[in-house]
Amino acid sequence: MEFTRRDTLALGLGAAALAVLPISAYATTEAATLAFTGGADVAEGGVDLTAPEIAENGNTVPVSVAAPGAVAIMILATGNPDPNVVTFNFGALSASTAASTRIRLAGTQDVVAIAKMADGSFTKASKQVKVTIGGCGG
Amino acid sequence: MNKLTSTNTLVALALAGGVVFGGAALADVDGVLTINGELEIVTKTTPPAHLADNLDEIVSGWVYRAAETQELQMDDFDNPGMLFVDIAQDDWGTVEGTEGKSCATCHDNVEDSMAGVRAVYPKWNDEAEEVRTLAMQINSCRTERMGAEPLKITKGKMARMEALISVQSRGMPMNVAIDGPVQAMWEQGKEMYYTRTGQLELSCANCHEDSYGLHIRSDFLSQGQTNGFPVYRLKNAKLTTAHGRFKGCVRDTRAETYKPGSAAFNALELYVASRGNGLSVEGPSVRN
Amino acid sequence: MASGVKPRVKVPKTAAAGSAVTLKTLISHKMESGRRKDKQGNVIPRSIIHRFTCEFNGAMVLDVAMEPAISTNPYFEFEATVPEAGDFKFTWYDDDGSVYDTSKSIKIA
Repeated sequence: MEFTRRDTLALGLGAAALAVLPISAYATTEAATLAFTGGADVAEGGVDLTAPEIAENGNTVPVSVAAPGAVAIMILATGNPDPNVVTFNFGALSASTAASTRIRLAGTQDVVAIAKMADGSFTKASKQVKVTIGGCGG
Repeated sequence: MNKLTSTNTLVALALAGGVVFGGAALADVDGVLTINGELEIVTKTTPPAHLADNLDEIVSGWVYRAAETQELQMDDFDNPGMLFVDIAQDDWGTVEGTEGKSCATCHDNVEDSMAGVRAVYPKWNDEAEEVRTLAMQINSCRTERMGAEPLKITKGKMARMEALISVQSRGMPMNVAIDGPVQAMWEQGKEMYYTRTGQLELSCANCHEDSYGLHIRSDFLSQGQTNGFPVYRLKNAKLTTAHGRFKGCVRDTRAETYKPGSAAFNALELYVASRGNGLSVEGPSVRN
Repeated sequence: MASGVKPRVKVPKTAAAGSAVTLKTLISHKMESGRRKDKQGNVIPRSIIHRFTCEFNGAMVLDVAMEPAISTNPYFEFEATVPEAGDFKFTWYDDDGSVYDTSKSIKIA
């Protein structure tokens, strides 16, 4: 069995992530995705992710997600020390598989929304949010 | 020529101090603020007579915020500052102190008794023969009528009581008196406003009169109006009082700041409030 | 129980049977992330609301798993189907074991 350099690297990272996950608060985006999808393939599209292109303050960034046919939507902030943000699980009386909230972003980064569909498949969308540094900290 | 020189000086000083004012980029200033789809807020109007030579227009800080931040103030449910108005409503009816009184004991319904109050503060108090800010009046009620401890000037409990009182005047024009017995204090506040302070040698006017609408790093400078106070700031996710903000501003000029509640800040509050005469009361507003 | 926690919910008073209504919720909570330090340099321990649920007459509308990246004073907006008159129940679960809840009834118009 031959390993390319890239395979080896990927294996190493995966193993490291798995090994570290239970004791480290610094979960990776990959680990957070894996925990949600169980390793299933994630398609692109089918999820609407609304967030400002430029957030005035990273402390309170409005985000909305919608994915017709989803049973759950997870939001990840890939540039935060812990990328986990929120998971919406839609119940029987949910009228639309959509929700809005306000989140913290540690800096300019990609925000990712992954939807779990009723048939068990997964799909995602991603959007870059620039977080500005104000002039007057006071 | 005079104007040009002072601007150049300002930029040179700002650069030297590590603060960068932007070029010609202006905020998107076309938004109209209507709260709950019904309460129209005046965010731009002609300046009061005492400012007519300095400004063409007075403008609420709401105008300089990003669309997402502006929207938070357009619906009272979306405005997190209203959470603290709710809590202050409970405070209003809570008996405190040695006299067995709450705010409601003397003032009944806050909706009726406090309507219009925020718009005219700071104002002269005949009996005490002093100019009182809203915070001073609240603490006077607490210590003299309720026998309760005064509230700390910039802390949450004071900020939310100010928010509860402000919201009863929302939409009413700021109308702070500047003559008669308050004039001397008003003049003191005006002098402070135009005096450069700190290692950066910046006055209030350098930013908020000469440079509003320009970028300071990635942020738009406002006119520094107080009609929106107390403000819910996204930065620290809580209500900030005018004195709390003054302190931040003065610190940002790298000066030793006055104390919130000091006579100096009271005078400055009176003067700055009068610069907004004609703008609607917005408190609690939402800013970044 | 964390001090000063107050929920706020917005529910229409009436709806047509089977229609969708928009719900908004806000609760005062500092959502201490566990990543900040105090003036002495000690980490301020995490203290957040980690779960929020909305039910209507006992049936689930939305069940939210929350992490420290949710902003101070957590806000949610979502839609529910209203099959009949009844009560919405909103519940927030604090790290410290406290549970905050509030209910709002809705009539069929």
